[in-house]
Amino acid sequence: MVSVLTEWTCGGHVGFILDRKRFTTRAPWRILHCRSPDLLFTRVSTPALSRGSLSSHTMFFLPPSDFLKTELYEMSWNLRDGLRDSLVAAAPYGGPIALLREPHRRSPSSRPQLEIYSASGVDIASFPWKSGPVVQLGWTVSDELLCIQEDGSVLIYDLFGSFKRHFTMGQEVVQTQVLEAKVFHSPYGTGVAIVTGSSRFTLATNIDDLKLRRLPEVPGLQGKPSCWVVLTQDRQTKVLLSNGPELYILDNTSCTAVCPPGFSPQVGNIVQMAVSFSYKYLALFTDTGHLWTGSSHLQDKLSEVDTKKTPTPKHMVWCRRPKSQQPSVVLMWDRLLLVAGVCGDTIQFPLEDPCVLVGELDGVRIISSTNQELLQEVPLVCQDMFKIASMAPGALLLEAHREYEKSSQKADEYLREIKEQSMLGEAVRQCVEAAGHEYDPSTQKSLLRAASFGKCFLTDFSPDQFVTTCRELRVLNGVRENGVGLPLTHTQFKQMTLQVLIDRLVYRQFYPLAIEMCRYLKIPDYQGVSRVLKHWASCKVQQKDLSDDAIARVVCVKVGDSPGVSYSHIAAKAYECGRTELAIKLLDSEARSGEQVPLLLKMKRSQLALSKAVESGDTDLVYTVVSYLKNEMNRGDFFMTLRNQPVALSLYRQFCKLQEQETLKDLYNQDDDHQELANYYVTASYREKRLDSRLSLLQSAIDEYNKAKNEFSAKMTEDEMRLLRFQRKLDDEKGAGLLGLSLQATMEALLSLGLHKQTEQLYRDFRVPDKRYWWLKLMSLAEKEEWEELEKFSKSKKSPIGYLAFVDVCMKSNNKYEAKKYVSKVTPEQKVKAHLAVSDLEGAADAAIERKNDAEMGAILSRCSASDRLLIDRLNRARAAAAKK
Amino acid sequence: MAHSARRDSPELPDFSLLKRLARDQLIYLLEQLPGKKDLFIDADLMSPLDRIANVSTLKQHEVDKLYKVEYKPIVSIILALASKLSGMFFHIASCCISLVVPDVANADKAAGRFRRYKIIFTPQKFYACEAVLEEQGIFGDVTTDEWAFYLLPLDDDIISLELPEFFRDNFLAGDQRWVRTAGSALHLLHTVYGPFSKIHGIGRFSKMAYESWREQVEEGETKARQAEIGKVFLIDRDVDYVTPLCSQVVYEGLVDDIFRIKCGCVEFGTDVTSSDKRVKVMLNSQDKVFDEIRNEHFSNVFGFLSQKAKNLQTAYDKRRGMDIQQIKTFVSEELKGLKQEHRLLSLHIGASESMMKKKTKQDFQELLKTEHSLLEGFEIRECITFIEEHINRQVSMIESLRLLCLLSITENGLLPKDYRSLKAQYLQSYGVDHLLTFANLKQSGLLVEQQPGETLTVMESKVGKLVNDKAAGKLTDAFSSLAKKSHFRALSKKLNLVPKSDEEYDLRVPRDMAYIFSGAYVPLSCKLVEQVLERDGWTGLEEVTRLLNGHEFSVTGSSRAKNDAQRIVLVMFLGGCTFSEISALRFLGRERGYKFIVVTTAITNSSRLIETLLDNHA
Repeated sequence: MVSVLTEWTCGGHVGFILDRKRFTTRAPWRILHCRSPDLLFTRVSTPALSRGSLSSHTMFFLPPSDFLKTELYEMSWNLRDGLRDSLVAAAPYGGPIALLREPHRRSPSSRPQLEIYSASGVDIASFPWKSGPVVQLGWTVSDELLCIQEDGSVLIYDLFGSFKRHFTMGQEVVQTQVLEAKVFHSPYGTGVAIVTGSSRFTLATNIDDLKLRRLPEVPGLQGKPSCWVVLTQDRQTKVLLSNGPELYILDNTSCTAVCPPGFSPQVGNIVQMAVSFSYKYLALFTDTGHLWTGSSHLQDKLSEVDTKKTPTPKHMVWCRRPKSQQPSVVLMWDRLLLVAGVCGDTIQFPLEDPCVLVGELDGVRIISSTNQELLQEVPLVCQDMFKIASMAPGALLLEAHREYEKSSQKADEYLREIKEQSMLGEAVRQCVEAAGHEYDPSTQKSLLRAASFGKCFLTDFSPDQFVTTCRELRVLNGVRENGVGLPLTHTQFKQMTLQVLIDRLVYRQFYPLAIEMCRYLKIPDYQGVSRVLKHWASCKVQQKDLSDDAIARVVCVKVGDSPGVSYSHIAAKAYECGRTELAIKLLDSEARSGEQVPLLLKMKRSQLALSKAVESGDTDLVYTVVSYLKNEMNRGDFFMTLRNQPVALSLYRQFCKLQEQETLKDLYNQDDDHQELANYYVTASYREKRLDSRLSLLQSAIDEYNKAKNEFSAKMTEDEMRLLRFQRKLDDEKGAGLLGLSLQATMEALLSLGLHKQTEQLYRDFRVPDKRYWWLKLMSLAEKEEWEELEKFSKSKKSPIGYLAFVDVCMKSNNKYEAKKYVSKVTPEQKVKAHLAVSDLEGAADAAIERKNDAEMGAILSRCSASDRLLIDRLNRARAAAAKK
Repeated sequence: MAHSARRDSPELPDFSLLKRLARDQLIYLLEQLPGKKDLFIDADLMSPLDRIANVSTLKQHEVDKLYKVEYKPIVSIILALASKLSGMFFHIASCCISLVVPDVANADKAAGRFRRYKIIFTPQKFYACEAVLEEQGIFGDVTTDEWAFYLLPLDDDIISLELPEFFRDNFLAGDQRWVRTAGSALHLLHTVYGPFSKIHGIGRFSKMAYESWREQVEEGETKARQAEIGKVFLIDRDVDYVTPLCSQVVYEGLVDDIFRIKCGCVEFGTDVTSSDKRVKVMLNSQDKVFDEIRNEHFSNVFGFLSQKAKNLQTAYDKRRGMDIQQIKTFVSEELKGLKQEHRLLSLHIGASESMMKKKTKQDFQELLKTEHSLLEGFEIRECITFIEEHINRQVSMIESLRLLCLLSITENGLLPKDYRSLKAQYLQSYGVDHLLTFANLKQSGLLVEQQPGETLTVMESKVGKLVNDKAAGKLTDAFSSLAKKSHFRALSKKLNLVPKSDEEYDLRVPRDMAYIFSGAYVPLSCKLVEQVLERDGWTGLEEVTRLLNGHEFSVTGSSRAKNDAQRIVLVMFLGGCTFSEISALRFLGRERGYKFIVVTTAITNSSRLIETLLDNHA
């Protein structure tokens, strides 16, 4: 009957293993347990092996897997009353532990104390709880503490106990009160679920993007349900609850009664339930001591175990390793811990102290007031290697290396044995993998040494895995240190990723360790060292006991010009803490002005901001400051500031031109810039619809032009005023619609209306040059085809534009007849052109020959067609004659 | 001529990558708002956007409706694509945001609809934008984003920033906000096609853009890679105002002058298509006909086209006397290409005819003659008379102003007497409000009055007062163009810009870059590029840079690799460049075995240049 068989001491473990062969029924187990559990599972300290780290292991076998209970820490804390009467919350992934003593004590004289510890029990923060009664504590994924109060408000604190913010789970909760609350994690973040005095559930799936969902009523539920859990599956968050023998699933819209497969109603009321870390498995515990396990979809049943314990367990947590098919459930009563496997076997441990169970990705952490243990299923590779008389290649290699150390020839025998099976590669891999899972550094070392030893006999074995594992183990051992207190397993570390680990270290202010780690793992500065430095500096500037100078110096020395560290970011932090001077000092080291300026503005150092912006040469930045100053300063000061910054001034002018014309005037006035002021008035006049105000603006323009000694412009503006008045008069008299036209256009319009007299008047009044007047008249008459009038006009006096223009214009109107009239009047130099224009080749030839001009004769020849034989001959002769001379 | 390229000329990098980058980024932005959305697009952004992502691409990403933003209330909005916020501060933005968004938001609120609004700024978001949103009280209601769409490849060798406002903002208003954009664009090119081995530049903004780029390089990470672009040349538009003010006579430039090419696309009217439909045509190297004539002097184009037509006819004629099998292969292989070519050919012939009508007239010949005289500094009196007559005859508001500017720049300002009389004539003709236009032209140095003696102008003395102030250094920079004297004559002599006129210039066989202006003038900008590349720096050009007011620089970059990429030169024009200049650079490239890539803030020409400086409030 006795089952304790072998004490084995392979690979540094000391434990007991039960011989599987002798187990035939469940009975011996139970008898054994009942009779003498202490005999079976004695904790054995192995100081010699773990080099003083006082860690101990307990290994046991629960069909079909081995389990291992490892001591992680002797807790550094010193709890007077243990964990009794306390609300405790410990975050997964070796997160911090929060402890609220006697949360229900309400007398104001002795407030409960809220304490925050690292996973190893090192004190981080502690303060008296002054707010309302707390129902539940919990940690978010980013290590923030959630304190859910009875009145439904949730207070958020950071790791160091400083208050961050709060939110409420609904106004109605103030009346109904929170009966129970749970904090849960899902792919969407950290969520909170509560059940209120009116038996209603409210959910918030992500507290960072708060959306409260009030779930439907549960039929027949009075007060709180006997137990409930939050499930996240199929991208939906649901509540699974039991009320007596009934089991319900509560989702957004409905409440459905469900029955787990193979769950007989005779087994009693469900009093405790637990869902696995991955939300895949569900465990239900009934008041008759039955434990049902199955998938959380409630479609498959894994097993049903009778624990023979009727009291409701205080805690129930799943313990399984990812991808393992052998999940087990850990149940805790006041003085007993029970592990139940899927095969129906159970193992019990006595507990001296009240404990807290923390479900992890690959195991369960058991925290008591004195120590902390990790309960895990032993990874397959370790099982293979460390089972008694194991012939696994890894185990042989380990043995070979041990013999080698002893300079024994057995080493060769073992090696040979592995090599004969060509399993050396596999052996090395096993050693490396097993080392990864080991918690004890000396075991890690012996395994890695064995792997390295085995590697020597292999030619083309990639060292990557070995190297990575060595590095990662070093990191893990570093963070597992008591002082740091992040008891991460290798599996958890892989899941968490290095980036997150560094973030957590930074968050806990372990800056040197984080930097060492980044350097050791050769993480690119941008993601590694720089990121840590940034956080360090942001934290450093908050140190009240150091002077601004000292901090600025320290920060600049440390940060230097590490890529990716923004001084403005650090300065902003300093400013947030009210250290403006420090912020300015830090900003001096910022290379990018685009980053400096906004902060300077925020700190109301606008002058400095302006000069920095101007120095940067970035127009946009200058503008930002200018527009800010405009609103901040009074006008006089603002203008004075701008005067000293010409670039800013010119930009502001540009802005005013488009947005604030009035201000523009003031600006020019201040500078006595009469020229620009005049231009401004001219511009303004064109926006004005009414004539008199338009004229008065133009008058102001004239005054300014005169002051600017720009007589020409003054004169032109004056003319414009006269013209406007004239146009107005004529518009009133004749309805000519002239207002706003240019002088030329006005005359054109007058001519087309046949108002020759008025045109004449303008021509004289405005001293329009003759040439332009003639051109105008010529074209306008031709346009209206008033040929007689045109002829009269041509004879009125000698044309200042010559008569070729007349010929051209007539031809443009396709009037050859009229055109010919003017050909004779054309000057001799243009005669040929004129003749050609009216296509009179003969005439052109006559003129050209008379002038003996070779080029002109050539031009005519090019226009001749073959039918003009005679003409061609004549021209050719003339050319020849001219050439002879 | 197009065939005479040197055999060893290097291959151009593939710039379609830039388009893909911009498109991917846009799609990413669109996908940030999942579900159906409406898109409001600034009218100015329509054509560039179309080149990056067409309607079907947008539809694929659940864009439901597209609206062009004009300033009127619109009923529904989800995603507003506000444009570049224009050069005029947030003029467009404020209108757009203050009118569109609240209107829509309020309409939605009234209708009880919940929508999300997002404003995407391109090419970059300014702090000022957020200030406007805040002022309007809708900062919280909308999200903003940035579409870093800096570079639009218009052709194999032309990349545009599509920032026509760059010119006025920088060279007139002294607002340098786009310089950083230019720097970012350069940075993008550097990351994708760099590293550059040598950077030359001249001009204030070139220097600033260079510095902005340098800063960005230092901030970011650099990866060593095979360079695809060797050298870079940056040049400010105000270094050479003469070239863009001249009439263009190379085919592509002429098309731009007459029909206006927009984003590499031109719309031909009914006179060209000789039907009642208007046709939009993409003008780039994909168009084989265009590719062969784009760089040709206009006088050659007609001959070329008719030759082409004859060839085409021969190709068509081939099918006579073919047996059935041959006809089958002809139809399947050649006919489609021929038809396509036929279509393009007829379009270009139509365009040429239309241009011929406009340009072969006496007037145009005389205009060209005047321009050439101005460039040569010959018979200036006649030129002034011509300009006066030009105004008198009311030929064109823009043209007259252009000639005045050309006169002023080549002659280093107008004599006070001429200045006043011409200005008076102009104002009487086109309205006194042009007083402001003249003020702008004076400020930008395009049209100035010669000062009696060498007294300082008002502006200069003002600047002088401030020079002692440390920060005023930048102002002095900002306004130095005002005081800038044009030294065109001296430069022309020094660089031999105007070929001797007594020699006959055969435009069919161009000798030098002057062919783009009928052999009358080598564009100054391109000449500088040629000289600096030849000397690999500014040594020996000290006199020239002094005349150009300095700000030149030459920096050796990180890459020293000797490969083909060293002969790929990126020329970046800050303030726009003309098609003529691009043609000239292509010619230079063929002669010297370089390949030039032209990056410009926008394609410009004389009318666009003058129009941006107009300030009449009509």
